[in-house]
Amino acid sequence: MDGRPLVKGIGLLVLSVLALVACAPGSSSSNTTTGGSVNVLGTWGGDEQASFLAMVKPFTDQTGIKVNYEGTRDINAVLTTRVQAGNPPELAGLPGPGQMFQFAKDNKLVALDNVLDMGAMNSQYSSNWVKLGQYNGKTYSIFIKTSLKGLVWYDPKNFAAKSYQVPTSWDQLQSLQGQIASSGAKPWCIGLSSGSASGWPGSDWVKEIVLSQSGPTVYNAWWSGKQKWSTPEIKKAWQTWGQMILGANGANVYGGPQYMAATAFGDAGQPLFTSPPGCYMHNQGSFMNSFFDAYSTKPQTGVDYKFFALPDINSQYTGARVVAGDLFGMFKDTPQARALIKYLTTPAAQDIWVKRGGAISPNKNVSFSDYPDDLSRSIAQSMINTKLPEFDAGDLMPSAMQTAYWKAVLDFVGDQSKLDSILATLDKVQADSY
Amino acid sequence: MSVAQERLSAPVAKAWYAPEQLTERISGLALHVAIIGITVAWLVPTVGLFVSSFRSLGDIQASGWWSALSPPFRFTLDNYSSVIQTNGLGTALLNSFMITIPATIIPTTIAAFAAYAFSWMRFPFRNWIFLALVGLLVVPLQVTFIPLLSMFRALGDMTGGFIGNGTFPAVWLAHTGYGLPFSIYLLSNFFRALPSDLFESAEIDGAGTLTVFFRIILPLSVPALASLVIFQFLWVWNDLLVALIYLGGTEQVAPLTVKITSLVNSLGQGYQLLTAAAFLSMIVPLIVFFSLQRFFVRGILAGSVKG
Amino acid sequence: MDILITFLTGYLPWIIGVLIGVPALLAAYIIGFEFVIRLLPQERQGWVRPWVWVGPALAFVAVFLVYPTIGTVIVSLEDKQGNFAGLLNFQHVLADFPTGDGWISIRDNLYWLILYTGFVLLFGVLLAVLTDRVPYETPVKSLIFMPMAISFVALGVIWTFMYSYQPPGAPQTGTMNSLLTTLFHAQPITWLQDKRVNNFALILAAIWGQTGFAMVILSAALKGIPGELLEAARVDGAGEITIFRRVIFPLMMPTITVVGTTLVIFSLKAFDVVYVMTQGNYETNVLANKAYLELFTAFNKGRSGAVAVILLLAVIPVLIFNMRQFRTVEARR
Repeated sequence: MDGRPLVKGIGLLVLSVLALVACAPGSSSSNTTTGGSVNVLGTWGGDEQASFLAMVKPFTDQTGIKVNYEGTRDINAVLTTRVQAGNPPELAGLPGPGQMFQFAKDNKLVALDNVLDMGAMNSQYSSNWVKLGQYNGKTYSIFIKTSLKGLVWYDPKNFAAKSYQVPTSWDQLQSLQGQIASSGAKPWCIGLSSGSASGWPGSDWVKEIVLSQSGPTVYNAWWSGKQKWSTPEIKKAWQTWGQMILGANGANVYGGPQYMAATAFGDAGQPLFTSPPGCYMHNQGSFMNSFFDAYSTKPQTGVDYKFFALPDINSQYTGARVVAGDLFGMFKDTPQARALIKYLTTPAAQDIWVKRGGAISPNKNVSFSDYPDDLSRSIAQSMINTKLPEFDAGDLMPSAMQTAYWKAVLDFVGDQSKLDSILATLDKVQADSY
Repeated sequence: MSVAQERLSAPVAKAWYAPEQLTERISGLALHVAIIGITVAWLVPTVGLFVSSFRSLGDIQASGWWSALSPPFRFTLDNYSSVIQTNGLGTALLNSFMITIPATIIPTTIAAFAAYAFSWMRFPFRNWIFLALVGLLVVPLQVTFIPLLSMFRALGDMTGGFIGNGTFPAVWLAHTGYGLPFSIYLLSNFFRALPSDLFESAEIDGAGTLTVFFRIILPLSVPALASLVIFQFLWVWNDLLVALIYLGGTEQVAPLTVKITSLVNSLGQGYQLLTAAAFLSMIVPLIVFFSLQRFFVRGILAGSVKG
Repeated sequence: MDILITFLTGYLPWIIGVLIGVPALLAAYIIGFEFVIRLLPQERQGWVRPWVWVGPALAFVAVFLVYPTIGTVIVSLEDKQGNFAGLLNFQHVLADFPTGDGWISIRDNLYWLILYTGFVLLFGVLLAVLTDRVPYETPVKSLIFMPMAISFVALGVIWTFMYSYQPPGAPQTGTMNSLLTTLFHAQPITWLQDKRVNNFALILAAIWGQTGFAMVILSAALKGIPGELLEAARVDGAGEITIFRRVIFPLMMPTITVVGTTLVIFSLKAFDVVYVMTQGNYETNVLANKAYLELFTAFNKGRSGAVAVILLLAVIPVLIFNMRQFRTVEARR
């Protein structure tokens, strides 16, 4: 055996050591600049991400603290994994208060009562919003932006063409629906497809009906797991929705149940603007107008589309509305994180996103004139004027329950007659999740 | 060689319309028709996406992509320009390379050594260990995230942040671990297929293990190594979740896949940008594929075995 | 152009460092140990050497795959609070035969197993063998391979477009429904929601995306068949089909086993296509997706682990088959 392998071996060793030593470590994770940094994890992407970054830019300019934002729609996976592995981001967007309760219960969230200016919070936010961020009396999360649900979008020109009146009561809504149907058109449009959340638009309908039909007490007992799905009130809500939307055999909705299931919720408003109109009304949240603006028919706000609030079903519970919002919690206590989360609650910060459009602020000190157009202004006013705001029940439920809820919508639309077995399944999940 | 000689020594070629010739021509034609037919059908989805990437969102929603092929065309470069102008796209591209290249090299080299041992060395429990390796292919990645992330956190504390959460070495090591079962499985198969006469002649010539590996096995396994490099590269380049978990999605370290998903907001708006982004992101893997194509040639073994 | 500067100073040194350093380091490790081994008596060398060569691989696999898997198996036997709960999680996952979600997932995985594996293998072999005979082989293989270069997110976008649905009578926006209504004069179908076809729709998307994988590997194996063998067979007067059956197919069999095994395991593990396109709704759920949902939506490690254990058990027949193949190949040597 000659000595060549020996020389080669040593040569390679030396080379490899040199190669690795010659390379100074590249990027590293933590900054050592005076400002420091905060890692923020959220679900926002695209224009929302741009708006959030614009929102925090003055913060960075003032304090020198860098905000490292990461957005992902897989937030459940990423956040859970990081929290469980002991490596959470400092701030994270929470999919809903239900998750926040869970994290708070597991002691993963940092209490914010000493971090935020609670005096300012209580004066700038209605008590509903402050309470919603609390668990067991301690504050764990704040709301960055909010949205209003139960808005029925319609094309005023189509209504005028047929002399339809905007209904102000549930009975008027039913008769309007009957009028539209008898003229051979479809009253409603709705799309259920939405990735892993498919079915949520239907769940919005049902929860709005539960709230309006049976009131806040039942509503709250229901989402907190104290009232079963198979109880008469909840069952009635499903049946009401089923009759309204699906009618005899999907007669009341454009494209029938098949189209509902196959169409993305953002695309489902298209038939409002065709001629002749595919449908006349579309119940969706306050964010829907950004979808309308992208349609090829280019509808104009206020001219081609407006909204009216879904009328109250039960006069006992007038003014009950479902609201929703994006909330943030603090997982790691650092001075930079404290500064950021405090900043995010201020009217100045909230104002930035409001001005860019696409956000309704829960902060009372944000002036209405800052909203970019009449439509968002009127939504903001509706929000403030809501007499009985109740947060989105699905977002308040534990994640497993909410997922089962969405799936139940899909099953129900597929076959209304299976309602009892669907509700029984939901009861089982309820027993399991709380 | 022998075909040409055969032709010269055969009788005069038959006319093209003779039965044997016709059958051959038709089967030749059928071959071409079959291949081209399959290829065209295969292309339809991609062409659909390609055409859609030049249309506005409203048009995509309103009509099928083939409508764009007839007037009025209404093509637009908006999707592409939006994607290209995205903040931090260049950094994301570099990050993708930074993640992918090491995460391809490391498992390939480790697997090559291991595969040689599995195919040409005898040791106790060899087959059992090999089978266990293959079995591990079925482990869903998500069940590994939490224990491994905790491990990396501890490692990060120990090494002062050199290897830990949010660092590139962490994601290289993770991809290596995940990619090894398949790499070893694939390479073992190719190594095992090499004729044993090769080794016998090498042994007679006095070559040791190292010489056999570096001078004989590796050169002969170039197609296998090339395929492995392609697959591992592809898999890591297109990966989203592993990078998000071990490296994070912040601007400095996010690879292209994370950047692309951030084109879409939480409500799903902006998906028309994904059409353009998909094609832009495809360019690099295709370049890798094309440049490694030349290793897929026959005849490397020809002449190496005597008799 | 500070991207360029960042690249050259920050990234490139690392990339080159790893590109050269890691193979060099490993080679140095192997060569270094070879010296140590050569110090041993001749008979003992064969005992130590294999472990040196497989050492790094085994170390990585032990840490990154075996350790979490053992953890998962243990967790699958615990309840949410961490107490030992026996087969509770398995009972929950496998509840309500045959309509329970667990059983539907198993059924769907069987569809994947048979159809995905079968067709990818079939197309892979077919394309490898057919393209070998035409001069335009490289462009065709590249085009068939191209879907593999697409990420799963993009694949989801492409095929969601392909399967778009508009109500009957309205102009169709999806390729499949358009073909259905114009060529076959049938009603459009909701491909991803209709339980009769949705699993097959997903599997088709996966076949489209992954056939390139099988084709490339099988093509490489095909190229490894010495040309002289094929020529000799042709000189002997064998027809093309006979050559395929008697020469090509048997010689490719080991590779077909490898590709087939990998595909079977991929079909058990199928996740991305289902996750991106239907998230398991409308009875398209598969086990890997179920494991994901249990872990990250229901936050139930135990049940997620139980699903993973089911997958591990399901792979055992595949391993037995492979073991048999080894024995056959060993015997031949």
